[in-house]
Amino acid sequence: MNKTHTPLFHVSKRGALPWYRSWGIRGAAVILALLVCALITNLVTGEDPVQVYKTIFQGSFGSARRAWVLFQNLAILLCVSLAITPAFRMRCWNLGGDGQMLMGGLATAACMILLGGKLPNWALILLMIVASVIAGAVWAAIPAIFKAKWNTNETLFTLMMNYIATQLVAYYIIIWEVPKGAGKIGIINQSSQAGWLPTIGSYKYLLNIIVVAVICVAMYIYLNYSKHGYEIAVVGESERTARYVGIKVERVIVRTMLLSGAICGVAGMLLVGGTEHTLTTTITASRGFTAVMVSWLAKFNPIWMVLTSFLLVFLERGAGQIATNFGLSASFADILTGIILFFIIGSEFFINYKINFRHAAGKEE
Amino acid sequence: MDISTAAVQMRNITKTFGPVVANDKVWLDIYRGEILALLGENGSGKTTLMNMLSGIYFPDEGTISIDGREVVIRSPKDAFDLGIGMIHQHFKLVDVLTAAENIVLGLEGKLDLKAARERIRGICDAYGFEVDPDQKIYDMSVSQKQTVEIVKVLYRGADILILDEPTAVLTPQETDKLFAVLRNMRDDGKAVVIITHKMHEVEALSDRVAILRHGQFIGDMPTKDTNAQEMTNMMVGHAVTLNIDRPDPVDPKPRIEVKGLTVRSIDGILKLDDVSFTANSGEILGIAGISGCGQKELLEAIAGLQPVESGSISYIEDDGTREELIGKDPLSIAEMGVSLSFVPEDRLGMGLVANMDLSDNMMLRSFRKGRSLFTDRKTPRQLALDVVEELDVVTPGVSTPVRRLSGGNVQKVLVGREIASAPTVLLTAYAVRGLDINSSYTIYDLINKQKAQGVAVLYVGEDLDVLLELADRILVLCGGKVSGIVPGRGAQKRDVGMMMTKLGGDAHE
Repeated sequence: MNKTHTPLFHVSKRGALPWYRSWGIRGAAVILALLVCALITNLVTGEDPVQVYKTIFQGSFGSARRAWVLFQNLAILLCVSLAITPAFRMRCWNLGGDGQMLMGGLATAACMILLGGKLPNWALILLMIVASVIAGAVWAAIPAIFKAKWNTNETLFTLMMNYIATQLVAYYIIIWEVPKGAGKIGIINQSSQAGWLPTIGSYKYLLNIIVVAVICVAMYIYLNYSKHGYEIAVVGESERTARYVGIKVERVIVRTMLLSGAICGVAGMLLVGGTEHTLTTTITASRGFTAVMVSWLAKFNPIWMVLTSFLLVFLERGAGQIATNFGLSASFADILTGIILFFIIGSEFFINYKINFRHAAGKEE
Repeated sequence: MDISTAAVQMRNITKTFGPVVANDKVWLDIYRGEILALLGENGSGKTTLMNMLSGIYFPDEGTISIDGREVVIRSPKDAFDLGIGMIHQHFKLVDVLTAAENIVLGLEGKLDLKAARERIRGICDAYGFEVDPDQKIYDMSVSQKQTVEIVKVLYRGADILILDEPTAVLTPQETDKLFAVLRNMRDDGKAVVIITHKMHEVEALSDRVAILRHGQFIGDMPTKDTNAQEMTNMMVGHAVTLNIDRPDPVDPKPRIEVKGLTVRSIDGILKLDDVSFTANSGEILGIAGISGCGQKELLEAIAGLQPVESGSISYIEDDGTREELIGKDPLSIAEMGVSLSFVPEDRLGMGLVANMDLSDNMMLRSFRKGRSLFTDRKTPRQLALDVVEELDVVTPGVSTPVRRLSGGNVQKVLVGREIASAPTVLLTAYAVRGLDINSSYTIYDLINKQKAQGVAVLYVGEDLDVLLELADRILVLCGGKVSGIVPGRGAQKRDVGMMMTKLGGDAHE
């Protein structure tokens, strides 16, 4: 063995793993991530990692209110993630979730401010829904039409549409500002509550959660069992194959982006009409981008996206909590989130490939 | 050079991909000054074995020795350092770079394109290749790309050459040239390994054959001591007959009439120039030509996938009614009730979706059926099961993505789906490219069955021997023009070959 060296290890592709093994690997990744986070917490801040984890958990589930907020955030994030997923399955990278949501929110706020009190509440809410769906859809359709007709890059286009949406919202905030000169809108229709989405019992956030749950199941069925869903998958895999079997690729691109934008619009409506009752340029909290991660982590499967969006919201809520409790910078919490995501995404490598070590070569199955 | 020591000794080589055993304890010797033909059916592990020699894969078990010294090949670079070069079936070239840039790509040292061009010209002159070092790869025909690949390997000083189905894309004349080059290399003392399915090539070229079956080494012997029948039997594992049937056409009627068809590519290059012919029902119309002479455009124009500049394509029904196909897309052609099936050249990029499983691929043709919003998954699944059963597709199941299947099985899935819709016109492009003997004969059989059922078959082929045995009439294309239409019975290979390279062939001399 002096002249030649067998490599210490080599990587080879695995066949399909049984589900329990792949989930075992993912679980192990999370545990490893938590251990690494604990170590870093202790080394860097000197805090007791167990206390830090406890605080993260309390940030999310410490009280009934916190739990509701968690689920509300989860619902909105999941809604945007569901919205961009059909486009993603088509390999059309809609990064305009934020802008489409903002436009939905803007349309909702416009209805509430301009028509509040002039229409019966049910009609107003109906109008809000229609307006937000149209606004979001239009915002997605513009890049889609350009992509279909002239093959422009949808990633850049949708990103740029985000800026336009933000500026539009900023413009209308000045027009509608209350009181004059405040630079913000404040709570819309605070006294009349016109256009506020109804609450179910005393649960302020329940309606949003139910709406998103319905969208989630519907999206799962749409993507996996409908003809449209099948067309989306074929176009995503190979446009040439799609043309070969007579799928009108341009039509599928525009249609799917319309759907994508429409659901983003709904998410904006749920935010403005359902929980915030106001409009700001930062109301989306960049969920349109977080949604990209949710969708990818779940491999574009709407049901898994419930889990991945939960994970992200949970970490985010917990991060805020340790920042307050321990007086740590919020960036520290971001570091922890980053480590955990790194491990989770990294674990996919070990699911798809196996490492053969020099001595163990051949012994592993 | 000591001839008695093998240049390459592979011992006990095993390679698995997940549950699939691609190579199972294979022993193989490769000698200098010899052309070795590596034979085996699709999926028998030939390419995998050679990929381990060229550093693409790393064996799970076993040892490789070069000139009697045990080596470890961890990467293609290691392989090059040992003088091993492989020309792959799918070219590994960067489209937007020139030939010279591709050839020096990844080499260490100062980038000196001028010197590289000189050396490339030197290699070309020495072996009779025709390569313009400054031509971009995307401007090249398939055979030119292959030449670049071979020159690339020689440029790097390889003296153990592996060619994975090199003739699949070549005309008879180009094949002869290649063989002459390979013989020169052998006489130079280089070791040459050629992977091929074509028996007459094995017999014409190789000194020794080695046969793999299901990943296992079956045996090797001097080519002169064996024959096509014996080699085929060893490959397949049982006796097979090597005859292609050609029943007489029954009641042929005009089915597709093409008149004055002219097609330009997006770049404005004339691809088809005033092409006229008639394809009859119950008949196989073979289409011969050097690759890139308009075969692809012709089939795609009929299938509604290629914009046409001028001319007409009429579909003629049994009662004589004519329908114009130009200007219609595949969907509207199907809606007119024209049952047209198309087996395209690019199986995984066009005919099938590589990442989808067998049943979902079956669904490509049928998913629109019915008014329901939802797809019917049972029928395609059943069709997939039937195709697997009837055509002996080797697959772990119908839920396996087709990209995991070997070439022959992919083609069976595609052809199986296309003929399942009971077409009246069947267009096939290179239907047996890359397929082993057994699979090829299955495909010929299927095509003949379609012919017997009155289907008008357009068969674009590259193997003239097969075209001459299978087709009732042969349409020869040359540079986008019809060079001639000859009856398949009695046609001479030489004449057709001449027509491929020169309009009208001998007639003009």
